[in-house]
Amino acid sequence: MIAEPPRDLIGQYGITLAEFDRILSLLRREPNELELALFGAMWSEHCCYKSSRRLLGALPKEAPQVLVRAGEENAGVVDVGEGWAIAMKIESHNHPSAVEPYQGAATGVGGIVRDVFTMGARPIALLNSLRFGFPDEPRSRYLLARVVAGIGDYGNCLGIPTVGGEVFFHDSYSGNPLVNAMCVGLLRHEDLVRSAASGEGNVLLLLGNATGRDGIHGATFASANLDGDGLDRRPNVQVGSPFLEKLLIEACLELLEKDLLVGLQDLGAAGLTSSSVEAASRAGSGVELEVTAVSRSETHMTPLEIMLSESQERMLAVVEPDRVPEVRAVLERWGLRSDAIGRVIAEPLVRVCEEGQVRAEVPVAALTDGAPAYDWPAMPGPLAGPASLPTDPLELLAHPNICSKRWVYRQYDQTVQASTVATADADAALVLLPGGRRAIALCTDGNARGDDPYLAGALAVCEAARNVSCTGARPWALTNCLNFGSPERPQGSWELRRAIHGLAAAAQALDIPVISGNVSLYNEASEGGARGAAAVAVTAVLPTPVVGMLGLLDDVERRGSIAFKAAADLVVLLGPATGPLDLGLEARVQKACRDAIGRGLLNSAHDCSDGGLLVTLAESCILGSVGATLEPELDYLDESPSRIVVSLSPERLPELRAMATGLPLTILGRVGGDRLRIPRVCDLSVEEMRDAWQHGLERFL
Amino acid sequence: MSDFMARVYVTPRPSVRDPEGSTIMEGLHQLGFSGVQMVRAGRYFEIMLQAGDSHQAEQTVDLMCRKLLANPVVEQYRFDLQLEATSE
Amino acid sequence: MKFGIVVFPGTNCERDTAAAVEIAGGQAELVWHADDSPLQRFDGLILPGGFAHGDALRAGAIARFSAVMPRVMELAQTGRPVVGICNGFQVLVECGLLPGALLRNDSLQFRAEWVHCRVEVSAPPLTEGIPVGTLLYMPVAHGMGNYCEDERSPLGGETLVALRYCDANGDAAAAANPNGSAGNIAGIVRGNVFGLMPHPERAVSPLLGSVDGLALFKSLTRSLVAA
Repeated sequence: MIAEPPRDLIGQYGITLAEFDRILSLLRREPNELELALFGAMWSEHCCYKSSRRLLGALPKEAPQVLVRAGEENAGVVDVGEGWAIAMKIESHNHPSAVEPYQGAATGVGGIVRDVFTMGARPIALLNSLRFGFPDEPRSRYLLARVVAGIGDYGNCLGIPTVGGEVFFHDSYSGNPLVNAMCVGLLRHEDLVRSAASGEGNVLLLLGNATGRDGIHGATFASANLDGDGLDRRPNVQVGSPFLEKLLIEACLELLEKDLLVGLQDLGAAGLTSSSVEAASRAGSGVELEVTAVSRSETHMTPLEIMLSESQERMLAVVEPDRVPEVRAVLERWGLRSDAIGRVIAEPLVRVCEEGQVRAEVPVAALTDGAPAYDWPAMPGPLAGPASLPTDPLELLAHPNICSKRWVYRQYDQTVQASTVATADADAALVLLPGGRRAIALCTDGNARGDDPYLAGALAVCEAARNVSCTGARPWALTNCLNFGSPERPQGSWELRRAIHGLAAAAQALDIPVISGNVSLYNEASEGGARGAAAVAVTAVLPTPVVGMLGLLDDVERRGSIAFKAAADLVVLLGPATGPLDLGLEARVQKACRDAIGRGLLNSAHDCSDGGLLVTLAESCILGSVGATLEPELDYLDESPSRIVVSLSPERLPELRAMATGLPLTILGRVGGDRLRIPRVCDLSVEEMRDAWQHGLERFL
Repeated sequence: MSDFMARVYVTPRPSVRDPEGSTIMEGLHQLGFSGVQMVRAGRYFEIMLQAGDSHQAEQTVDLMCRKLLANPVVEQYRFDLQLEATSE
Repeated sequence: MKFGIVVFPGTNCERDTAAAVEIAGGQAELVWHADDSPLQRFDGLILPGGFAHGDALRAGAIARFSAVMPRVMELAQTGRPVVGICNGFQVLVECGLLPGALLRNDSLQFRAEWVHCRVEVSAPPLTEGIPVGTLLYMPVAHGMGNYCEDERSPLGGETLVALRYCDANGDAAAAANPNGSAGNIAGIVRGNVFGLMPHPERAVSPLLGSVDGLALFKSLTRSLVAA
């Protein structure tokens, strides 16, 4: 053991003085440097959610369809009927993307895909949620272009369609872009795999990439502010190989299909440390690791570097000793390396050895259950006003936050796997389930707002559920990614707390379980001055809770779409003309829309959000290549929630009214012609609207 | 046997359009390098190899280029060789 | 009739392609790249899309040296159909079964979108029974689809342009070209060997957006029945 107490090192491993005292009382001795590093990694916000864990208890996690609850495993799993299940999760890769956008975004996709196939699921869809500074800044454009290329190149190579996502621009993201990636996997119930390292004497096999120095301290890095010197941290960022990941997916799914594994766990933040500790913790067992058995891509790596390396495309498999040759035969066929790096032990310890000499020995529970949890003081601070959009209709349609994101999504393969239902620019993507009659609906939605974090949380859920409902699908489960500034500032803590309350209240009201998630804090940049010097100003991102929604559609022939279809159809607003968020009303509006689609009443349905009714109507016209004439004098730019614009044949109106009993319902006008005519608002041809909307983003790029 | 370092340069043949090179040239122009007349983007390889002598090394690298490193339909190549070490 | 679908490490469209063959009435069996046994049991071969060997160096450059490739060449010589889709097309030009090269898209970006293609040749193996001038609506998804002719082996002799990108009116306009390929070339054919960048296996049902790809697979299985 290293004798010298490393008190002067605690800051380097992201440990506070109070946390160091906690370690002393848990261990009843001084930790050595390697042990301190293990604590630093496991006690980082990224791994233990110390600043958010207590707050997350408010989220509704239970529902009959839930097979694996949030926090239990690498991804949540829900039943979707006929013996099938869906595994899904969304995760941030904000800090790495700020430093090296291409690799940061690419490895973000790689990480979330591993979280999903670890469960025994074949990845069938990717989504994302991206936020950048306004694109008139060159650096924001550079970040956008490189992040999109990184996401595309990685997912495209894996052969997983990227079916949905969102891109939003706001100055608060200039120094802190947000890159959230979501993966959805399909599996049979009986193929569900756990990640537990169980069975004393079982072998731990490390599969895939060799271990190098990339990403060392990534877990603590992800939880630290980006200071003025953020650009100099480039060596920390991991480099991804989608080709290797593709081989790992196929090899692991084959190993699971042949029932050769006891458990499977991916290596993400904090690398071998967190994967072995979590696997041991889930089994109530311990692990003994021999670091010299790990294949390395660099020379002279220390045990500490091997334990903390975040080299990508690695998996940890738990295998019974007599099955190892069979496992290796499968891996060799795929050209993959495997190292027997340790074994499961009965004592609940993590023991790290170097050539048989013990270098660290820590109780698993000290690293996991022993992690601190904080209730930071919370206080509202100065609130940002709501984001303003142009009022001129063509300028509005061309605004980067409103216009078509075709420039982005045409770099993503959306059709591989031949299961994506053709609906470009839909409110939510539809992906066919096996059999081809049923589908899942998928979308991501965030509603960043600095004026009310509670609404940001609630609206993210409501809008995602409304988008899914506009396809006719029932919202079935959600995953969430909470992107906030430092919780150590009272305002940051207050924003996080309020947003989680809003998210919880909406998920409860709409009866949607939260099955997985991720928290990304410290998304703020201090301007001016090097690290250590007094910061001039702190710019935190807007409170940005992002929701990934899964919906279930029983009959894909009965699906909703945005485009207006037939001339003379009535255009009807389902929901109030204006008003504050009422979660009960929101739930009823969404249900009425789904029921009407299910009965085949509607020819189109489109959610009303940013840019109000004007944008909703214009998009239905553009995508349907048909005009519409509206009558009532309303505020067409009002962005009130709980509203869906539908169109239907006039003779079906009584049925819709019967279905929407007790709900506000306004007849807006009729589909027809080649212009969108709204009294006192606009009279524009569909083609000039299309031109503004379709090329809005390209004008900046 | 001797150790050689081969530095291989693969570039688009002059008759083949090179959109990457053109884009880089535009970028350089935008940055104020107005004197830039032409950019051709290619690939560069560093290959350590063992061979009996420099003639054999040259033949081997040439074969590598023709078989794999360059696509003769659209690319040309050149390389230089450097003796790194000689062993028994 | 039975098709072999050749799978390289990194291939990712093999399942979709096998499913499309089956919808068109054929049988499909996956063939692993390291397998050097004869392929005579197959009536035809398809090299599907993906990123063989991660597109290292150039798309298809490493795959062409796989153990299976001499067997692919052997089967091509028997006159049985050999079809390369997207990455498979890239492998076919790298190994010389088809002339030319597929360069990086002129946008320097990956392109994934639905395109129209005009049928230029009505002949086996893929377009028999589909009249010249027919428009097919299919997705493309590639980073290296920019076809470049080999000056030493120009098109028009035994190699013909089979498909051209065009707009919805059938006009092979520059704006309808997703990758900058010469003459809007989307696919070429030399006898029984056919290569194309669009993905017909993703256009096999109205739900997916088109059934035009299925027409190509039906032509393929039909040409075998006739032979």
